[in-house]
Amino acid sequence: MEWLKKNLPKIVVAPSFAVLLWFVYGFIAWTFYVSLTNSKLLPNYEFWGIHQYIRLWQMPRWHVAVENLFIFTILFIILCIFIGVILSIFLDQKIRSEGFLKTIYLYPMALSFIVTGTAWKWILNPTMGIEKFVNQLGFENFQFDWLVTPGMSIYTIVIAGVWQSSGFIMAIFLAGLRSIDDEVIKAAKVDGASTISIYMKIVLPMMRPVFMSAIVILVHLSIKSYDLVIALTAGGPGISSDMPAVFMTKMAFGRSEIGLASASAIMMFATVSAIIVPYLYSELRREQDVK
Amino acid sequence: MLNKINFSRIFLFLILGLFVFYYITPLYVMIVTSLKSMNEIREGNLFSLPSTINFDAWKIAWGGRGEGTSDTFLKPYFFNSLKITIPALIISTLLGAINGYALTKWKFKGANLIFLLFLFGTFIPYQAILLPMARTLGFLGISNSPIGLILVHSVYGLGFTTLFFRNYYVSISDEIVKAAKVDGAGFFKIFFTILLPISLPILVVTIIFQFTQIWNDFLFGVTFSFGEHAPIQVALNNMVLTSASVKYYNVDMAAAIMAALPTLVIYILAGNYFIKGLTAGSVKG
Repeated sequence: MEWLKKNLPKIVVAPSFAVLLWFVYGFIAWTFYVSLTNSKLLPNYEFWGIHQYIRLWQMPRWHVAVENLFIFTILFIILCIFIGVILSIFLDQKIRSEGFLKTIYLYPMALSFIVTGTAWKWILNPTMGIEKFVNQLGFENFQFDWLVTPGMSIYTIVIAGVWQSSGFIMAIFLAGLRSIDDEVIKAAKVDGASTISIYMKIVLPMMRPVFMSAIVILVHLSIKSYDLVIALTAGGPGISSDMPAVFMTKMAFGRSEIGLASASAIMMFATVSAIIVPYLYSELRREQDVK
Repeated sequence: MLNKINFSRIFLFLILGLFVFYYITPLYVMIVTSLKSMNEIREGNLFSLPSTINFDAWKIAWGGRGEGTSDTFLKPYFFNSLKITIPALIISTLLGAINGYALTKWKFKGANLIFLLFLFGTFIPYQAILLPMARTLGFLGISNSPIGLILVHSVYGLGFTTLFFRNYYVSISDEIVKAAKVDGAGFFKIFFTILLPISLPILVVTIIFQFTQIWNDFLFGVTFSFGEHAPIQVALNNMVLTSASVKYYNVDMAAAIMAALPTLVIYILAGNYFIKGLTAGSVKG
């Protein structure tokens, strides 16, 4: 009884911890092992070395997916942070309608990527969407068919992704700005610095940790991006807007190449880990320092 | 001086207003399109208003045309999603609360490491667990069923809920708990009489976060279910991707709004809690 009382906290956490070990870490280990086998439709546990990884990196389709991930991630980060910084600084200028504006900037975060993709697919529709509207304005030769143009469709995913997530980056930056001591800004003003130079030279450099968080979140979102691609372009036309997450599910459930699919999943996992582990480490260090 | 201030104020509002336009336009387009007839859509443009308000597309998106088997509409899938979301959110929230409590107020050796493992688990790309999960669900005989998806969402929500409660309880003074321990109160008594009553804010944040995550999920839904057991996001995607020769954009837009409505309503009613959840869910520590 005494033993039970003493160990109750551990006993309470144990089931969740067991679930975590099995369903997260155990499953990742399984996927990693299968990536080292020649498994097709069913897992085959015979060790096959790194052949799947060699195959993966020799596949043009995987290169398309990785290239698209790069294009998407870089533009997604730049645009979201640009919009987020501008909106948060402007909202921080004692705007009376701040609450209302924030509500509008952030509502896309409540929508799923499938809903977002469905809406933008209609807006970007090559014959009935924006193109038609501009044509009706009198610009009859205007064409806007990125959605069905190989090499351009990836940019439509950027457009929709930025629309969905940039408000959220604004919210993170606004929270960061609010945590900066007003005295710093006041003192700089007394010294005669202009508002723009205060932000450029003092405030934004102080927000380094917020930039770090925003970048980590955005990279993480883009590596995981699957729903938006499926809803907007389904990886098309052809495979031109394929991304690693889409590639993995296509190989696993469409082509019965689970060894290859596992190898691609492990590549994704490794990329995320390479970014998250140092980030978590520095965050936890900061937490310790504060204490 | 006065002129300069006015000019920069005007510029400020111009930019802020421009972004209002940017964010609101897609919603506007969705709403007006859903209220038009297909003829009006073909004749007008994205932004033109419907001549009469016409809810036919909404009726079809929700209940179908009554044309038999090829007819997809959202009503059954909406309830599928509710059946999955509510149990999964209750299970993951309760477990997260008790974990967060045990990991902060009854710190045992290794508690920090366990927390770290939970935290890292929230970041993994789900592609790395899809295949073994599919096999496990098959082995348990619960693939393509609401029970299977409840399990999946409870399991992968656990990291987030534990994180939320852990970070909330860490900020609450240990003194109250210590005093209660001296008075002889046990683990559960302290949880239910001291911690839980002051947990309302984090409870609301967690519930909203989990509801949004699970309701908006597509990857798990499309991987572990099909046909009549699919959740709403999967059904919406199937509806839009239909290979039928005639596309009904008005019905697609009505369906998209329906699929978004529950989370949108929560956002409008409890926006602050919603934002707190998002920030807490992504900015760790």
